[in-house]
Amino acid sequence: MFDKESLSKVSECKQNWEKNTLNKVLSKSPERKDEFLTGSNIEINRLYTELDIQDLDYIEDLGFPGEYPYTRGVYPTMYRGRLWTMRQYAGFGTAEESNKRYKYLLSQGQTGLSVAFDLPTQIGYDSDHPLSKGEVGKVGVAIDSLKDMEILFEGIPLDKVSTSMTINAPAAILLAMYIAIAEKQGITPDKLSGTIQNDILKEYVARGTYIFPPEQSMRLITDIFEYCSAHMPKWNTISISGYHIREAGATAVQEVAFTLANGIAYVEAAIKAGLSVDDFAPRLSFFFNAHNDLLEEVAKFRAARRLWAKIMKEKFKAQNPKSMMLRFHTQTAGSTLTAQQPDNNIVRVTIQALAAVLGGTQSLHTNSRDEALALPTEDSVRIALRTQQIIAYESGVTETVDPLAGSYYVESLTNAIEQKAKEYIEKIEKMGGAPKAIQKGYIQQEIQNSAYNYQMEIEQGKRIVVGVNKFQIQEEQPKDLLKVDPSVGELQEQKIKQLKATRDNLQVNAVLEELKQCAQTDKNLIPIIIKCVKAYCTLGEICDALRAVFGEYKAPINL
Amino acid sequence: MTGSKTIRVLIAKPGLDGHDRGAKVIARALRDSGMEVIYTGLRQTPEQIVEAAIQEDVQVIGLSILSGAHNFLFPRVIELLKEKNAEDILVIGGGVIPEEDIPGLKKAGIKEIFTPGTPTSAIVEFIKNNVKV
Repeated sequence: MFDKESLSKVSECKQNWEKNTLNKVLSKSPERKDEFLTGSNIEINRLYTELDIQDLDYIEDLGFPGEYPYTRGVYPTMYRGRLWTMRQYAGFGTAEESNKRYKYLLSQGQTGLSVAFDLPTQIGYDSDHPLSKGEVGKVGVAIDSLKDMEILFEGIPLDKVSTSMTINAPAAILLAMYIAIAEKQGITPDKLSGTIQNDILKEYVARGTYIFPPEQSMRLITDIFEYCSAHMPKWNTISISGYHIREAGATAVQEVAFTLANGIAYVEAAIKAGLSVDDFAPRLSFFFNAHNDLLEEVAKFRAARRLWAKIMKEKFKAQNPKSMMLRFHTQTAGSTLTAQQPDNNIVRVTIQALAAVLGGTQSLHTNSRDEALALPTEDSVRIALRTQQIIAYESGVTETVDPLAGSYYVESLTNAIEQKAKEYIEKIEKMGGAPKAIQKGYIQQEIQNSAYNYQMEIEQGKRIVVGVNKFQIQEEQPKDLLKVDPSVGELQEQKIKQLKATRDNLQVNAVLEELKQCAQTDKNLIPIIIKCVKAYCTLGEICDALRAVFGEYKAPINL
Repeated sequence: MTGSKTIRVLIAKPGLDGHDRGAKVIARALRDSGMEVIYTGLRQTPEQIVEAAIQEDVQVIGLSILSGAHNFLFPRVIELLKEKNAEDILVIGGGVIPEEDIPGLKKAGIKEIFTPGTPTSAIVEFIKNNVKV
């Protein structure tokens, strides 16, 4: 990118600057620290010049937006054409309450829905299961059957909104329910747009809502890929998630590495199941975290895009450009929110959201200030959404594509993150791929080490968290936190009782039996799951039928 | 360890949430401070936790939860400990727990609740000051 003459001149002038200007200052006033590091422990130079990116080839390494290797973004006009989708993850209590919150968010200018399910739903237990006690409706909405789903989306036209569902182990069931309610609204599956998270590997590593063993889980995932490639061309069949890996303590480099390693495993599984790469890869999507280290985060997003494009083209020989595009959702970092002086979190979220936008995200969730304390109140969620709107409409960063490209520092960091992530991925490949590395506990251990080091850095004062280990004040916690009505559990239990008393139980048993039969073959499971949900089998019943055939995953414990 | 018994701690994740970053960091910090630490893994019922605590002969149970089900699950652990005559085990808790829930949990018998931002050293110190060895 730079000619030799210019480089040698810069090099010469830099040496002069060091001798004549810099050293004089350093001898009088040393720098604040001996060593400056990014969150991923990449050493940061005092100053970056073209010397630091002299090997960068503009066409090959950066290219143009909407073209390989997509470093500058997946669309040619990026936010000049269309802003990112503002998508706040929400859901709590009953389907009725969540439906109200969705309508509120849509009325406030939100452009997509993102459904949070409660933990029993995510782990495939009905609300009346003994393990569900105390958990129903707490971290998301409780869905026991198609009945609840009908209420959840009542009055929301499914051909007009895109819906993201954070659901993994039972993803096929919730997708089936979504298809079924769309049908009732007169909408065919090919008109539906949205995403299911459907990323089981990161559940084993970082998030914990697994049900079935890896092999059977991967089969459900590839069944979804196959079904959607034929029937739901606008649906994102998976959201390969670094978010939770980062929340569990990974660094930015590890987030990219472990997420893309999981991505490779899904592509391999689908190819093994007989799909051809360009049939399913265009519908793969990603989900990343945005932390406070603004420029490292921007570099991370750019590096992830370039690395994935190369993997798809070189390793998997994809032909369709869409197969090489890393499209992603971003959520700001929950783990950086502090319970102390919670209003400060608004500022953190702003920086993180800005990183996501400067990094070229396709959709964004901004966390609310009170999430280290409880689920967010309506007021807090509105501020979080307004933060996105201020970035979108007032900050000006949206007016050109990839505005930080060409920054010596950002390009240098983009290279460094790509390189380090690549080294990790190669190591994981040598272990036999992500599923094997997870079985060995390697990925979990790497994440745990980073989490522990981070905590120790805070305790030793090497890392400052404002309001936590510096600038503390005496304060009282805000009183107006959101409380989930504890009677949700009983309410859901009653609903299940009523459902079981009024549905056609003979049909229910017949379709559940058919599901078990199908699970024992290698036939695609999605059509029979759709049949089950339409017969008003409960989520727990469907999962139990699959548990009977597939067994359950038992996590190894290592500290 | 000059003659004094090593403190044994069970770190447990009751409920269904999979957020075990905090639990694991604390387990390791306690171990680095010289305690023996057993970690239960995810999705433990109060029954399983109490069973493990008695079997492993621990003096301390540390409960970690981020799902919001603490008001049901924490007191249930205490109840079961009483049933098994094991209420001498010190029970502490942590996670995303609103301040207004803390008095109720303490009244139920949880000795201390450590909320986000607590240094691990504070937890080590609390255990050392409150366990008779």
